[in-house]
Amino acid sequence: MRKFFRLTTTLALVCGLLAGASSTVAAQTRARTNEAQGGETLIRNATILTVSRGTLQNADLLVRGGKIVGVGPNLRARTDARVIDATGKYVMPGIIDAHSHSMSDAVNECTLSVTSMARIQDVLNPTDVDLYRELAGGVTSLNILHGSCNAIGGQNSVVKIKYGRPISEFLFPGAPPGIKFALGENPKRSNFNAPGIPRRYPATRMGVEEVIRDAFTRARDYKRTWDDYRAATSRGERNLMPPRRDLQLEPLVEILEGKRLVHAHCYRADEIVMLINLADEFGFKVKTFQHVLEGYKVAKEIARHGAGASTFADFWGYKVEAYDAIPHNAAIMTRHGVNVSINSDSDERARRLNIDAAKMMRYGGLSEEEALKLITMNPAWQLGIDHRVGSIDVGKDADFAIWTGHPLSVYSRVEMTFIDGEVFFDRQQDIANRTRLEQERRLLEQAEVNRPPAQGGTPPRPPAAKRTAYSHDDDVWDGEDNQR
Amino acid sequence: MRTTDHFTPAFASLREFRRTLALSLAVLLAALPSLAQQTGSVSVQTMSTPQGTYAIRNARIVTVSGPDIERGTVVIRAGRIEAVGANVNVPAGAQEIDGAGLTVYPGMMDAGTNMGLVEVSAVGATVDTSELGELNPNAQALVAVNPHTAHVDVTRVAGVTNVVTLPSGGSISGQAAILNLNGTTPREMAVVPTAALVVTVPRAPGGGFFAQAQATPNPEQAAARERQTEQLRKMLRDAEAYGRAQDAYQRDPRNVPRPDTDVVLASLVPYVRGERPVIFLADRERDIRASIRFAEEMRLKPIILGGDDAWKVTSLLKERNVPVILTGTFDLPLREDDPYDVHYSNPVALQQAGVRFCISTGDSGAHVRDLPFQAGMAAAFGLPRAEAIKAITLYPAQIMGVADRVGSVEVGKLANLVVMDGDLLEARSNVRYVFIEGRMIPLVSRHTQLYEQFKDRR
Repeated sequence: MRKFFRLTTTLALVCGLLAGASSTVAAQTRARTNEAQGGETLIRNATILTVSRGTLQNADLLVRGGKIVGVGPNLRARTDARVIDATGKYVMPGIIDAHSHSMSDAVNECTLSVTSMARIQDVLNPTDVDLYRELAGGVTSLNILHGSCNAIGGQNSVVKIKYGRPISEFLFPGAPPGIKFALGENPKRSNFNAPGIPRRYPATRMGVEEVIRDAFTRARDYKRTWDDYRAATSRGERNLMPPRRDLQLEPLVEILEGKRLVHAHCYRADEIVMLINLADEFGFKVKTFQHVLEGYKVAKEIARHGAGASTFADFWGYKVEAYDAIPHNAAIMTRHGVNVSINSDSDERARRLNIDAAKMMRYGGLSEEEALKLITMNPAWQLGIDHRVGSIDVGKDADFAIWTGHPLSVYSRVEMTFIDGEVFFDRQQDIANRTRLEQERRLLEQAEVNRPPAQGGTPPRPPAAKRTAYSHDDDVWDGEDNQR
Repeated sequence: MRTTDHFTPAFASLREFRRTLALSLAVLLAALPSLAQQTGSVSVQTMSTPQGTYAIRNARIVTVSGPDIERGTVVIRAGRIEAVGANVNVPAGAQEIDGAGLTVYPGMMDAGTNMGLVEVSAVGATVDTSELGELNPNAQALVAVNPHTAHVDVTRVAGVTNVVTLPSGGSISGQAAILNLNGTTPREMAVVPTAALVVTVPRAPGGGFFAQAQATPNPEQAAARERQTEQLRKMLRDAEAYGRAQDAYQRDPRNVPRPDTDVVLASLVPYVRGERPVIFLADRERDIRASIRFAEEMRLKPIILGGDDAWKVTSLLKERNVPVILTGTFDLPLREDDPYDVHYSNPVALQQAGVRFCISTGDSGAHVRDLPFQAGMAAAFGLPRAEAIKAITLYPAQIMGVADRVGSVEVGKLANLVVMDGDLLEARSNVRYVFIEGRMIPLVSRHTQLYEQFKDRR
């Protein structure tokens, strides 16, 4: 009993420690909500990479009520405005990661081949510390996708990384709903045929196509049933029995009606074309092909369909369908007129998407502006939020970061990250907090319950690295995993 | 990069998972040999030119070992650097390269890879990193290196000319090799065929990820770990005794009975005698300390590979002069309350403390080309730029004992060079020439071939 008491006390202490770490941010951001409610911030004398209209030297950025209200030289702010001197520094729009599994307590509802009823929104964890690390890489918005376990997966959530706030404040206002599809090795479970793991249809690319075809055939019938019912009621027919709602098919009907965006995980050229043909046949559009590592082989087909492509910069070779991946993928697709973004699919890579974008200048010769678009305007378009974010323009949300140098240089790092005009990352503040956190940790470690027991018993367990959450999708096959 | 905890429910350990995986993936075996044919891609290594005489003129030269030369010439002959300087005579018959606007750097070196041992990591049939069992000192990485892997071309065209390739798994994984990224046979690639022993001091039963997650092993686990460590000690002591017995026999073959040859123990002798270094895989503070303690006890010459927590152990590392090959610069922090930039600033922490270190990707092969960007990230977080370049050129060469041959632009060293149109560490700049052992390397890889094949498809 005493031991139990000790354990619970320890747990409480440990939790306190963690709360301490994160409350710093929460306190900061809470204190500044006045900026969101009409307060002004003026960033002075920066090099501003608008992305939409080129680079502005020695320019100011004025933010009011969470929106950008001025971009240009010598802007005037109210006397109570917060003024930040950014001489020698760069401002760029917040980076948008169109493929993330951050803050997800679950990624794959893997039991069925079609799980369109499952929602990532229900498993979001706002305390995932990787969110803070991503803010420190200049990232402000994420597309949190369901995994690639099934041909038609669950519904995604687009979020702003308002770390320290409740989930309701993360959800991107007005972002169109979307869904994950997946083709190839993952939905056919080809790398998961371990003894003891039950098999699940489909097991081939034939089956993957058939699953999607079957689902949309059912969805089309379901839609007709409802259309007929609504037509009948509008004709004034009475005592009609409404059709039974089907939560699996409803999202697919929304796709057919153009109300839900399809984000389709894929690798090989043939499966990309397969989905395009299927979508044409059923009359819907694929909004983005995700990963799309062989997109460069069928760039014209992707362009003709009007889909975007969200790919890795140069991640390759971790499984057979990633063996033909080339780092020139983004450049070739861009040259064919495809809207291309560079994503992370990894909490680690998400923190350095600026370097990934810079690589695209080396591989295939994209211009600086094209490279910047890959992580800002283009993913904003792919997620249907380009009217709100993705560039430094008057009227857009004040989501941006201040960098020590040009963000496409490896030598640059983020000083501050803003979302809706509020500071969610501040390096100087972060460094200032470290001493206090170290002291707090030391105090806790010295506490009676945390000292190694004089005899018998075991010292308490330190906190786990983080709450169990998934941060990778395909990285199950990441060669780096096999390293150590 | 560290794996996340995907597999908790189904498998007792990640290692067990990987083993199961390897078995199940054997099915895919048959598919692979045809990969190259499918894509029409061939290894381009045989296309590299013979060792020629070259003069790179009017270039900026970052020698690394000495001051930069703003405008100078590098002469390459018979595989070596023959001359470097502002006023150097170009030998008759030399092929001249106009280096105006370009910068010559030493080729980069990654001291912690599995280059050549892994083609497609998800396909067990293409992975030759880990032998069965715990103690495999005579497993030599060089033997299994595939010189014709696509990874070699992809890596060297990015300016990485040298790697250390390591076996993995078990307490003694085997012996690492130092390679030039050019050659038709493993021997042709080898700078040092057996350069270091790779050891992991046992942590807890099974080791690996799940052992890390558990801070305090229960008594049974602790006992099992002690048993494993004892086996490791015993093998090293046996090797010492074996070496002494062999020596005694050599000195006096008439009177001393001839000891039977034991290939396993024989392979360990140079390491237990401190003639060659032992690479210890250790990221956590306690594992780094345990490795140093173990090396001292067994009188080994340690190098730490991994070193995520090295910033916490700087005084010990400095005091014992133990070098660290940092593989985690891009890794997420280990603990929730670690500073967000803890691994970005690990290199500068070691540099300021005077600890010998170098930066490595720790990658199996495909992403070794990220090496300059990892060094760049370290520079963004405080490592002086010149040190960042050394951390991927001269320092790994020094740590691995081959600084007499590679790591800087110096007369007499192997002509392993990369010529850039900009800064070595910037992703935006381009590689213009690569030389390995004085051979001009074609800037062609599986990736450039596929690019050429498809870029203009309309």
